[in-house]
Amino acid sequence: MKNAILILMFATLPGLSLASGGEHVKLDAVKIDLSDKASLQRGARTFVNYCLSCHSASYMRYNRMGEDLGISDELVKENLMFTADKTGELMKAAMTTEDAKKWFGTAPPDLSLIARSRGPEWFYTYMRSFYRDQKSSTGWNNTVFPSVAMPHVLHDLQGLQRAVYRTEKHESVSVKDGKKVKKVTEEKVFDRFEIEKPGSMTMKEYDESMRDLTNFMVYVGEPAKLVRYRIGVAVLVFLAIFFVVAYLLKKEYWKDVH
Amino acid sequence: MEKLLAWIDDRFPLTKVWEEHLAKYYAPKNFNFWYYFGILSTVVLVLQIVTGIFLTMHYKPDTALAFASVEYIMRDVPWGWLIRYLHSTGASFFFIVVYLHMYRAMLYGSHRKPRELVWLIGVVIFVALMAESFMGYLLPWGNMSYWGAQVIISLFDAIPYVGPVLSEWVRGDFVIADATLNRFFAFHVIAIPLVLVILVFVHIVALHKVGSNNPDGIEIKKKKDANGIPLDGIPFHPYYTVKDIVGVIVFLMVFAAVVFFAPELGGWFLEHDNFVPANILQTPPEIVPLWYFTPYYSILRANTVNFLLIDAKVWGVIFMALSIMVFFFLPWLDRSPVKSIRYRGWIYKTALAFFVVAFVILGYLGTKSPQAIDLMLFPNVYWAQIFTIVYFAFFALMPWYTKLDKTKPVPERVTK
Repeated sequence: MKNAILILMFATLPGLSLASGGEHVKLDAVKIDLSDKASLQRGARTFVNYCLSCHSASYMRYNRMGEDLGISDELVKENLMFTADKTGELMKAAMTTEDAKKWFGTAPPDLSLIARSRGPEWFYTYMRSFYRDQKSSTGWNNTVFPSVAMPHVLHDLQGLQRAVYRTEKHESVSVKDGKKVKKVTEEKVFDRFEIEKPGSMTMKEYDESMRDLTNFMVYVGEPAKLVRYRIGVAVLVFLAIFFVVAYLLKKEYWKDVH
Repeated sequence: MEKLLAWIDDRFPLTKVWEEHLAKYYAPKNFNFWYYFGILSTVVLVLQIVTGIFLTMHYKPDTALAFASVEYIMRDVPWGWLIRYLHSTGASFFFIVVYLHMYRAMLYGSHRKPRELVWLIGVVIFVALMAESFMGYLLPWGNMSYWGAQVIISLFDAIPYVGPVLSEWVRGDFVIADATLNRFFAFHVIAIPLVLVILVFVHIVALHKVGSNNPDGIEIKKKKDANGIPLDGIPFHPYYTVKDIVGVIVFLMVFAAVVFFAPELGGWFLEHDNFVPANILQTPPEIVPLWYFTPYYSILRANTVNFLLIDAKVWGVIFMALSIMVFFFLPWLDRSPVKSIRYRGWIYKTALAFFVVAFVILGYLGTKSPQAIDLMLFPNVYWAQIFTIVYFAFFALMPWYTKLDKTKPVPERVTK
């Protein structure tokens, strides 16, 4: 049994390097601002229209989202709910796990906590890094997550991207039989993306839309973030006042020591 | 009111306990910054118990439900997020204050005669605390919870002959599973907290029998006035109660700053991989315990040589166990004629500084891959070996260097 576990561990290692893949890809910075309600609302719209067909956010409730984002129950029901009947329900994907395994070979992960486990920068860069790749089964690939099972669902917005590579030469010098030997190796390095066929959005619009989506995912990862900072300030102010009182009391008592 | 008190005192030693432990417990008047960490450990213990009770009301110790129940606490339970962050931040702060509390003892010789038992009970508390936090870390059932527990419990496999059977017995299954989660829950919420509370009580009883040490490391009980009250002593209440309130508030401000503004503390207090549910098929790229275990984790991984017919891995386990157990011997390893660092020579000061550096660097290396190069020149594992030697040398050579060390004359009365 122990060996079986070990084998399992090692068998999953290659998959691992893929899952965590693209470690050397530079992640783009993204401005997260949870006080920007309009951005969160736009992000929510993108999420329910594109992501929620396959991915759940199964720890999040529709009415909680509506309440936090300033959207009434009626509007949530009309515009944001396609797979549930009641606003108190959790945001579950339309697609079942069995179907997903049949179609994509793997179940799409739950996205409730994606911004917390991967980080907003990862998510933002990932959503903008799909490119055409005839060698993959879906016809898509991603520089942040190589060989990802997910096709580019938002390609009608972003358009079709092509990855452009440059060759980098690495020179290494080694000593062999007292002589210096120069060795030149060539490496294909990802350089940039080029739009092959534009989508309905310009590049700037698409980036802005993905920023909204990332913003929304950060909110979904931790709804308490909306109030946490504000309460924190109040707690610190209270403690600061309490400190002054306690310090004066201490000083008063300690007058007679020494 | 007085009648009521008399009635109680006839049946329960209320006034006696109050006087012996607070109103007439004479503590040295020269406590400094380092003397806050005892009361702070108690504050965190109470905080963990209270928040823990509320978490238990909503948490489900079931592999199918555990992860979701934590997210339910974070989202649907009113103020659940606050209770959970107080508890998770409290775990890390527990170790911060306990480490500083132990360091205080090493600074001022609080483990020396006649306080050996206070120290020994303290080390048992420390070990119990490690067990408590290790088991608690499995409960959220995140991927790092799972793999961390898997790695640590598989350490038992290293024990010859009985190892595999023992680790299976601890888990209740061949892998970390529902049985493991349930028993860890039982240990985490009742068995070990009960032990901790009793030990803390005993720790304080033992301390109040011998009296508190102080930054000068001298016995205030040796100089008493006509009424038998130590000349350098002041009643714990009200003097130290009002002083400790100030310390507790400052501590709470730091604590609240983390809870409200950075509860993950960049992955140090809540690891990113633990926001993914436990997955037996997906090992995290680097299995890393939380920061308070990483010095010992480094020592565990440091040894790479088989010797004396024993496997390198087994030595690793032995060294790790030894690195914690060695604290039990501290009162007898120290042979210096003085207790406080104030009157010791340069040798002990240097040794202690080396020990602190080794502890911190081992802690850092425990979060990194052994093969990577994160410090300089050579891979982490070699640095871990060097600092493991420094760590043990601090204890092993102590009987000699503390004797050799030139000490300064100790004053008769406490200094400011």
